[in-house]
Amino acid sequence: MIYRALLIKYAEIGIKGQNRYVFEDALCDKVREKLKAVADGFTCVREQGRIFVSCPEEYDFDEAIAAVKTIFGVWAICPAAVIEDASWDNLTQKVGDFIEAVYPERNFSFKVEARRADKKYPIQSPEICSNMGGYLLERFPELTVNVHEPDVKVQVEIRTNAYVFTQTIPGPGGMPVGATGRAMLLLSGGIDSPVAGYMIAKRGVAIDATYFHAPPYTSEQAKQKVVDLAKLISVYTGPIRLHVVNFTDVQLAIIDKCPRDELTIIMRRYMMRIAEHFAGECKSLGLVTGESIGQVASQTMQSLAATNAVCKLPVYRPLIAFDKQDIVDIALKINTYETSIEPYEDCCTIFVAKHPVTKPIISVIERSERKLEGTIEALVEEAIKTVEIINIG
Amino acid sequence: MGNTDTVIEAYLDNAATTRTSDGVARVVEEMMLEEFGNPSSKHTKGFEAQQKIKEATEIIAASLKVQPKEIVFTSGGTESNNMALIGAALAYKRRGNHIIASGFEHASVYNPLLSLEDFGFKIDFAPVDEMGHIKIDELLGMITDQTILVSVMYVNNEVGAVQDIAALSKAIKEKKKDIIFHVDAIQAYGKYRIFPKKEGIDLLSVSGHKIHGPKGSGFLYIADGVRVRPLIFGGGQQKDRRSGTENVPAIVGLGEAVKEIYTDHDAKAKHLYSLKEHFVSRIGEVEGAHLNALEDITPEAVAKTAPHIVSVSFDGIKAEVLLHALEERHVYVSSGSACSSNHPGISGTLKAIGVDKKLLDSTLRFSFSVNTTEAEIDHAIDSLKELVPKYNRFQRR
Repeated sequence: MIYRALLIKYAEIGIKGQNRYVFEDALCDKVREKLKAVADGFTCVREQGRIFVSCPEEYDFDEAIAAVKTIFGVWAICPAAVIEDASWDNLTQKVGDFIEAVYPERNFSFKVEARRADKKYPIQSPEICSNMGGYLLERFPELTVNVHEPDVKVQVEIRTNAYVFTQTIPGPGGMPVGATGRAMLLLSGGIDSPVAGYMIAKRGVAIDATYFHAPPYTSEQAKQKVVDLAKLISVYTGPIRLHVVNFTDVQLAIIDKCPRDELTIIMRRYMMRIAEHFAGECKSLGLVTGESIGQVASQTMQSLAATNAVCKLPVYRPLIAFDKQDIVDIALKINTYETSIEPYEDCCTIFVAKHPVTKPIISVIERSERKLEGTIEALVEEAIKTVEIINIG
Repeated sequence: MGNTDTVIEAYLDNAATTRTSDGVARVVEEMMLEEFGNPSSKHTKGFEAQQKIKEATEIIAASLKVQPKEIVFTSGGTESNNMALIGAALAYKRRGNHIIASGFEHASVYNPLLSLEDFGFKIDFAPVDEMGHIKIDELLGMITDQTILVSVMYVNNEVGAVQDIAALSKAIKEKKKDIIFHVDAIQAYGKYRIFPKKEGIDLLSVSGHKIHGPKGSGFLYIADGVRVRPLIFGGGQQKDRRSGTENVPAIVGLGEAVKEIYTDHDAKAKHLYSLKEHFVSRIGEVEGAHLNALEDITPEAVAKTAPHIVSVSFDGIKAEVLLHALEERHVYVSSGSACSSNHPGISGTLKAIGVDKKLLDSTLRFSFSVNTTEAEIDHAIDSLKELVPKYNRFQRR
């Protein structure tokens, strides 16, 4: 394998001042963990604002890159060749060999960029650039130089070893998961909530999840689908504690006592209350939902306000301004879409009214909820008490 | 959720699949671990496997009173139906391009026929009455000089309606004697004694796992002289009719299953009918329950239907909700047919027999096997009596 090193660049962590090392260590640990699953023999060190990964002789390159691309906080990955003997003649020879191997057709323009981290190295960076450029032109006459807009930037870094690389593969960006806090995701079987979990995790938030199960109205398959979705996003978010709440009796009580057109709003208010309880247990700093303004009746601004009103914790809605297609695009990218569209009914759709309220008035909703007083408390308590916790990832 | 002190498991989904019998499981294991030879191999190991297949073929042929060479092993009912329909259509396409099937076929008949439409075949579906019997005059009226193939289902998988196969065959062949007559007997074989020669059947599809045999086993009976173009080409196994190394464990397991199911067969059939009679006599205790494709609950009416399938519609409950509620009581049933219930859609069978539109989505199938007990049925009925009033209170709008 020609690429015996990966230079991993990160962006925003660089500006985090005193806490920077916490973020860097978190990221380094994550890279180590993800690459361990690809092959043995990767070693990671943190050095001058980069993570240097030295790679074993044989490994699946595409798999390694794909693994690193799931790590939030990674801004770019540069696969590099390692040149152990950086003496000038050997260096030029090996850089030339690298170009020869990576680019079978050399009808492109290039420029050389050098970084001399090892200041004891006898040749200075500008000279490295021009001399290396001269060598490459001589060896490959079909190359041309373009210092302003080159097709290929040949980047040479000299440390204890020398490194050469030409590719910069974009990473997912964001911040290492867990670096900024913890939140509770309301996970349904739909398209949006897994994407919301992915998005919030991208900002460094570790997540747990709560799913509302309504047997016999919802099936084992519907629950398994949510478990599968949690597994899929845990590739990015890391471990998730999935809380499966049996919501049937709460739901039936609401159907019994409250106007049907307010059902979804009142149900969602109880879901928020229950999720907030588990958020407390998980030391979460907020709730996360996949809501997007105006997508359905329960996501009008009025409905969101009515649902929001019961929460003490902040509710993060990463998709709030996204169009459905934009959400679908991300779901496709993170591989949750196909699972999300499996046709198992979730508890929100079974009893939904033909014409649910779209502009609920909070005082009216509260008046309806008062009809539940005396019965609902025990049911909510039972739902909380009988929660099933599934550790994912 | 209620009182679940007594855990009785009632597996009433035997039309979907049956538990593999202990005897079958034993021979399958033996074939996998001991006599694992390839029947095409020239050495003793191969010869032994070949002999085992021969024995299984003979058992099956004897059960139908046909010749062993008329049996082709397949991967199950779906392949048998595909092979029969596509294979016969291609073999006889010079005679004509018209095929008739009954109006409530299983997907493994319906979809191969649809695919034949792409190749220039014309398909007609003969209507059925509300008891699920093919309207024979209408079927006969569809026959033209182009008709090459008629396919009917011996026992319907969703409601248990039984066709008078011998009468159908006679009438069809009187109208046009060279028509090939295919019978999908996947729900019938093992429940009835079927004699293709007597009943005028040219092609007969059977599945192993519906009769306590292994999944992935089945056969197609092809009457001597009837041509079927193979669907699977390769090393020429099974006299070039179906290539691929024979699935020896499944074939031998299927032979064992056939032997078992047709031993004391009358007693087994009687047991199944007594279960069905018991079930239908008690279903009236459940509020809003309607039996489908059954004239009444007398033993005489029950005897006109398949012994192992009961279709019941329940007012005001979605079948899937009731199915999952029953599952919590360890009662396992199907909504529609398990084979197709992954696709949310309304059952074609129920529509074809004219079930009230409101009930199409509220229908469960209960199906029994020789292992089913009366206690299981009582447990199912008792559970229904408790669950139906609980859940039909909450209806969707």
